[in-house]
Amino acid sequence: MADRKPGVVLSDEEVRKRRSRSVALALVLGGLVILFFIVTIAKLGGNVMNRPL
Amino acid sequence: MSAVSDSIVTESRSGLSNGTAGDFFALLKPRVMSLVVFTTLVGMMTAPHVNPVIGFTALLAIAVGAGASGCLNMWYDADIDAVMRRTAKRPIPAGRITKDEALGFGMTLSVGSVVTLGLVTNWVAAGLLAFTIFFYVVIYSMWLKRATAQNIVIGGAAGAFPPMVGYAAMTGSFSLETVVLFSIIFLWTPPHFWALALVKSDDYRRAGIPMLPVVAGDDATRLQIILYTLVLVPVGLLPAFMGFAGLPYALVSGVTGAMMLVLAWRVYRRREGDAARKAAYGLFGFSILYLFLLYAVLLAELIVGHDRVAALGTAAARLVGAA
Repeated sequence: MADRKPGVVLSDEEVRKRRSRSVALALVLGGLVILFFIVTIAKLGGNVMNRPL
Repeated sequence: MSAVSDSIVTESRSGLSNGTAGDFFALLKPRVMSLVVFTTLVGMMTAPHVNPVIGFTALLAIAVGAGASGCLNMWYDADIDAVMRRTAKRPIPAGRITKDEALGFGMTLSVGSVVTLGLVTNWVAAGLLAFTIFFYVVIYSMWLKRATAQNIVIGGAAGAFPPMVGYAAMTGSFSLETVVLFSIIFLWTPPHFWALALVKSDDYRRAGIPMLPVVAGDDATRLQIILYTLVLVPVGLLPAFMGFAGLPYALVSGVTGAMMLVLAWRVYRRREGDAARKAAYGLFGFSILYLFLLYAVLLAELIVGHDRVAALGTAAARLVGAA
């Protein structure tokens, strides 16, 4: 196996900042999924039940 | 001569962003965003029917759109932010976020907020939100701010659009009521910012921004402040005269409007030393309370009805009288 060249090693501070960004992004994306689902139901209104079962 | 220099960090050591989630949030100017949410809500509540889910989502999209324009403003103005004391600690001049990151973040949120608003409500509101972002970033930040002493007069329109966007999101059209709400913020902006500019004129001079006190002098600015306040106060009473606000609003608008006139007159009269500085700060601080109270009372009236707010006011007055 070929030797890997060491890249830039992140400092603890940089790792902490990256984690903070990742967590925020995950929360925002999760929130958007829930929001768009609720909006879809709200826009469909009573028609949400109008489908072949 | 301007002290603006190009000392902004362009890339981090690792190629990764150096900012925390909080730094990115700070790019959205959260305090401005909260004001936008508030004024948008008032515009929205003047609509005949508001679906809570659609209304909440529209409010969120408009707030993010406002945040995006704040972010793009910080991207473009990073050079002058770095030399002004008030703004030197913002994420870009402080070196925590690069300009490219801010540009990408701002553009993503701009497109995302406009598309979301369009899909969830209608394209009239989305178009107006897109125009507001364009107006704030291109017309105000890129052009007027560095070119003319009338920068905040015309640029103030960007901050005044949200109630119109809120109403359009609920109805797909515009109304005379929201034009009045627009006019109140539009006319409020010059006396508010010029009061601050009077005490921060050295900062603006150093950054090369042609604010009115820098270009025309403090006395001309004081005259403009009082003239704009003289127009603002009657316009602030219009919602009551037009019938979409009641007696409580008329009272609050009348009393706080009179206070605005007194404070503007003080700024006009006190021209030297510490007294002048205190007068300018006094008007700046009170103008925030003035706009907040006008919109808060109007919002309360729109939510619970003019009569109930009036009854609450009478009960409170009786309690105070009894005590």
